Amino acid sequence: MTKKQYKMITCKINGKERTAVVDVRASLTDLLRNEYSLTSVKKGCEVGECGACAVIIDGECFNSCIYLAIWADGKEITTVEGLVGPDGELSDVQQAFVDETAVQCGFCTPGFILEAETFLQKGKIYTDEELRKLLSGHLCRCTGYENIMRAVKKAMYVRNGVEAEQNNR
Amino acid sequence: MIIGKSIPRIDAYDKVTGRAKYTDDLCDKNALVAKIKHADAAHAVVKAVDVTEAQKIPGVVKIVTCFDVPRHTFPTAGHPWSTDPAHQDVADRNLLTDHVRYYGDDVAAVIAEDEVAASQAVRAIKVEYEELPFVLDVQEAMKDGAPQLHEKFPNNILSHTQIRKGNYEEAIKEPGLIKIEGWYDTPTVQHCHIENAVCYAWEEGGRIHVTASTQIPHITRRIIAQALGVDWGKVRLVKPFVGGGFGDKQDALYEPLCAFLTTQVGGRLVKLECSREETFINCRVRHAIRYHLISWVRSDGTLVARKADCYSNQGAYASHGHGVCAKGMNSIPQMYPCPNMECDSWTVFTNRQVAGAMRGYGMPQVTFALESHTDDICRKLGLDPVAYRRRTVMPVGFVDEFSKNELYSDTFNQVMDKGAEYIDFERKRKEYENQTGDIRRGIGMSLFWYNTAVWPISLESVSCRMVMNQDGSVQLQLAETEIGQGADTAFAQMTAETLGIPFEKVHVVTSQDTDVTPFGTSAYASRQTYAAGMAIRDCAEAFKKHILEVAYTYTRMQPYLMDIVDGNIIRTTDGRVLMTLAELAATKLYDLQNSEHLTMQKTTQLKSNAYSFGCCFAEVEVDIPMCSVKVLDIINVHDAGTLINPALAEAQVHGGMSMAIGYALSEKMLYDEKTGRLLNGNLLDYKLSTTMDHPHLEAQFVENPEPTSAYGTKSLGEPPALPAAPAIRNAILQATGVAFDEVPMRPHLLYRKFAEAGLL
Amino acid sequence: MYDISAIYEASSVENAVKLRQEHPDAVIIAGGSDVLIKIREGKLSGAELISIYGLSDLRGVTMGEDGTIRIGSLTSFSHITKDPLIREHIGVLGEAVDLVGGPQIRAIGTIGGNTCNGVTSADSASTLFAWDAVVELTGPEGVRNVPIEEFYLSAGKVDIREGEIQTAILIPKESWEGYKGHYIKYGMRRAMEIATLGCSVNVRLSEDKKTLTSLRIGFGVAGPVPRRARSTEQAFTNVPLTEDLPKEIGRAVLADVNPRDSWRAPKDMRLHLCSVMAERAFIEAARLSGTDLYGKAEGRGSSFMCGSREGQGDTEAGHQTSEAAEHQTDSRENSGTGSTPAACEAGGEAR
Repeated sequence: MTKKQYKMITCKINGKERTAVVDVRASLTDLLRNEYSLTSVKKGCEVGECGACAVIIDGECFNSCIYLAIWADGKEITTVEGLVGPDGELSDVQQAFVDETAVQCGFCTPGFILEAETFLQKGKIYTDEELRKLLSGHLCRCTGYENIMRAVKKAMYVRNGVEAEQNNR
Repeated sequence: MIIGKSIPRIDAYDKVTGRAKYTDDLCDKNALVAKIKHADAAHAVVKAVDVTEAQKIPGVVKIVTCFDVPRHTFPTAGHPWSTDPAHQDVADRNLLTDHVRYYGDDVAAVIAEDEVAASQAVRAIKVEYEELPFVLDVQEAMKDGAPQLHEKFPNNILSHTQIRKGNYEEAIKEPGLIKIEGWYDTPTVQHCHIENAVCYAWEEGGRIHVTASTQIPHITRRIIAQALGVDWGKVRLVKPFVGGGFGDKQDALYEPLCAFLTTQVGGRLVKLECSREETFINCRVRHAIRYHLISWVRSDGTLVARKADCYSNQGAYASHGHGVCAKGMNSIPQMYPCPNMECDSWTVFTNRQVAGAMRGYGMPQVTFALESHTDDICRKLGLDPVAYRRRTVMPVGFVDEFSKNELYSDTFNQVMDKGAEYIDFERKRKEYENQTGDIRRGIGMSLFWYNTAVWPISLESVSCRMVMNQDGSVQLQLAETEIGQGADTAFAQMTAETLGIPFEKVHVVTSQDTDVTPFGTSAYASRQTYAAGMAIRDCAEAFKKHILEVAYTYTRMQPYLMDIVDGNIIRTTDGRVLMTLAELAATKLYDLQNSEHLTMQKTTQLKSNAYSFGCCFAEVEVDIPMCSVKVLDIINVHDAGTLINPALAEAQVHGGMSMAIGYALSEKMLYDEKTGRLLNGNLLDYKLSTTMDHPHLEAQFVENPEPTSAYGTKSLGEPPALPAAPAIRNAILQATGVAFDEVPMRPHLLYRKFAEAGLL
Repeated sequence: MYDISAIYEASSVENAVKLRQEHPDAVIIAGGSDVLIKIREGKLSGAELISIYGLSDLRGVTMGEDGTIRIGSLTSFSHITKDPLIREHIGVLGEAVDLVGGPQIRAIGTIGGNTCNGVTSADSASTLFAWDAVVELTGPEGVRNVPIEEFYLSAGKVDIREGEIQTAILIPKESWEGYKGHYIKYGMRRAMEIATLGCSVNVRLSEDKKTLTSLRIGFGVAGPVPRRARSTEQAFTNVPLTEDLPKEIGRAVLADVNPRDSWRAPKDMRLHLCSVMAERAFIEAARLSGTDLYGKAEGRGSSFMCGSREGQGDTEAGHQTSEAAEHQTDSRENSGTGSTPAACEAGGEAR
């Protein structure tokens, strides 16, 4: 190996301006976990196949494991730690995951929450089929996705001021 | 009553905020990184390992090969230890091996300053092999002359057990009997917990400390000590939050090797993290079991004689071994009692991935075989599958001679009633008869058998500790681990219920530390609410009794006149609050004459077990030209006794159903016949269901409180994974007339079978 | 942490070309969904990379004065799907790339990467073949346009010359005007999947909707590189639309395809699916053009979808040596033939 190569980047992480000197070999997962202790960013496959490491970058959800840390320069990044209010208040999506028993082992949870947060920001009501497709980049082995769907739908209805369907089917 | 309430999980907040710390989250970022050199041969003897080039790579600290590890072997199964050598698990493992028994076996390990250097070094290690012939198929492996994996096990047979009942050979001579025969094959699949196996180890105070993502802290500690040949007390294991286990982490995985590696670098911190690929290749898998079932029935369906041969593919090492196949076989005579039976099961080594425990422990396999076979009988005789099962399934009052399990309630009929009603079984069954065309629908169902905990096969021992704080709240400590199921929440509910304190006043110590946590055998066998429930009740009742005795000092009321209700010491005769528990705890602790920290610890041994039953109904649409199946609707109905937390129970069922849908339709580990290499060990090529592959999953219950249980509850963790595959298979049978004898029913199989049936 | 020996970040297309000349062995990385995975797997470990991720000029879809639709090579799948020009004129392309992987992969994966890695299973490729797309390459000598069929040289190998990078995909007006298309992806699950087979059909009907005036069929995974069903297209130009036509087309394509046997799917199964999918995609494309051949076509079954690892890629314009998916023998073949009940259709109405 030749000399290590570094790059200075500036980005916004969970609303805070950050400057870091990053090893160019680092993934965004590495940066967020190791430099900023944002351990909600989970490593499930490190090749973009499970979605556990997903973060929001400039309003879109990306798998941070296959996103080079140097590309974060100038970007705005959100993790679930950043959805929590100053007094520890949960976001509506987080709260819905708690209320609808959408959390089990919790390892895939941050990724699902961020994905939902991304598309719910558009203020649309989606069909079940659309929601399933929007969430399809995240694997979960505990829930069968059933309560995750319930939670996302609940947050969607609340956010859009629509009364939730009684029938979850 | 706090039992029966759907209280949100106590760890939910921490999990949605990312605050819950899992193993890798806790590991110091400057830890040394260990990576393993895996064999690229399925069966071979290692002649030499050349580390010259690897050692030159900057950042490499140490390389350990199969020639550098202790020569003695150790077992890995997450079973309770037995002091009887005859009942101990097979000890066939070395930390690294010079006899490679599967493609990917562990030959050497690199410890380096970072993962890049470690990976480079692993690639630079050169291994010289003497290749041996290998075998992947279970029945091939049993043949004379097949490649032998372990010296002590001729014909690769790890174990063979049998059941004999009545006289099968005589019984089948009855004139007019109809013979129904089938082979049923199940695949090797993987757990796919989203958190890969990971651990880290260091030395401190002359002891080895290990933090690991495991279901079984105390057992893993024992195995580490056995593997390294050190006193058990020299090892400490900590279990933080775990990102799913499903039985894979009910085995010592790389904890022993990681513990050994730290001793090779002066006790420095070493992390060993499996990649997803290593989780597939080097952790555990579900046993692929092949069944040959023969039933002899009268024209009305009465079962006269039955024969069952079960061939279980163990893979390269014994791990959980024969218990898995045997459990399935033992259920056959219980599920559909029959006067004349011959059942045999063999567990056989092959050069595949090592099979261990996985949600259901042999039961998804046998449930597929037996419930498919039951529908094959119905089809041959023109009987309705629900009506036939009502007639032939285990009757109320049935007692299993070995376990003493008893069917106390009319569970089977109750669950079938519920399931059939939900899915509109009778109407749809008629509607879907005799369809033609490219796209057809079908409806099918399946029952399942399960038990709870491991008594009387193994020890059932749970220790529970309750420690009261000065505010009257209680820390609850158990070795029965939270791995995602919601055990901690259920335990808190039980504790609050029996102790008489508010739910919020129970603080469950969710992380186990073998230095601190009392002994328990942990999370497996769907035993948590049943086994830990007994210990919690035992401990809480003793604690309450003790607290009331202490309260006597201050209230001067006889203990039998007092109770603890909602955190207060009350007088039962008039309900008056005498003092709060907080007052009592603080007063007693700071009592200048007679101070005491209020605590209680009990070890509870179980000598009972409990049946847990239910069913699944599934409706499918089959697109014949496209060789595809879509599950349109599916329901599981369970009788798990009293539900401690219905919302959590429902969530458990969803997860099991999902796993079972994958088992039915898509999940299978595929092998290269030429090399023995696993072809699809990653989350792209291994087809775990996505959000788009499921319909709504309906979970319902009937609650017949289990008479032997402290809180009326019994197993629910594993059973949900059992019945969907045969229900879906039977639905496809109705839709197409094609009786599948294999799962998963993925397009390849659909194509072949539809082509054979002339449907394409 | 990836095993990367050096990384050069291009500041402009010209700079990227210069970096290509200076570092001929460096691999171009546009997203990461392909190159980074190969590094992790050890296939590209220690590589030098040229990152073109920051070249925002190469992102976006525009229409030229002559009606040519120009898709910048770094346009991500999610942006292609959302783009109004794509939706209006070549909706099927947006729908096809909406079947790649999952949402996060579609956010990072680019059309350039998807074509430059030369894999037959790429979801965009069969549709781009069907649209007679043209690949725009920029190099030291300037711009070079290559028809997509010629761009694919062999499995995993595309026609990118020294110093060049792919800068756009062009769809000429004569290719899209008057056509409607439908894409079916066959995979083993409905998301996060590589195509076991992909079939994209474009049709143009006469004004009275009674004659099929032009037919174009693109296949993925029906050979080492994506391919057109040329003999079928010729045989079915200017033919009357009849109820038997879809089945006839389905049968005819068998002469145009050459799928292989692999652990992902056997050849006979793929051949069978080539027929069924061509038939069904044709029915749907015809329906979109205004003719419902079967009423509620019996043929349209369950819709399945899939995504892929290698097929989903980022723009790796410089990586000429990458081995082809379908013809590799390692475990993550790009081939994307899956194996589970899933075919997923793009195009047509929501079902």
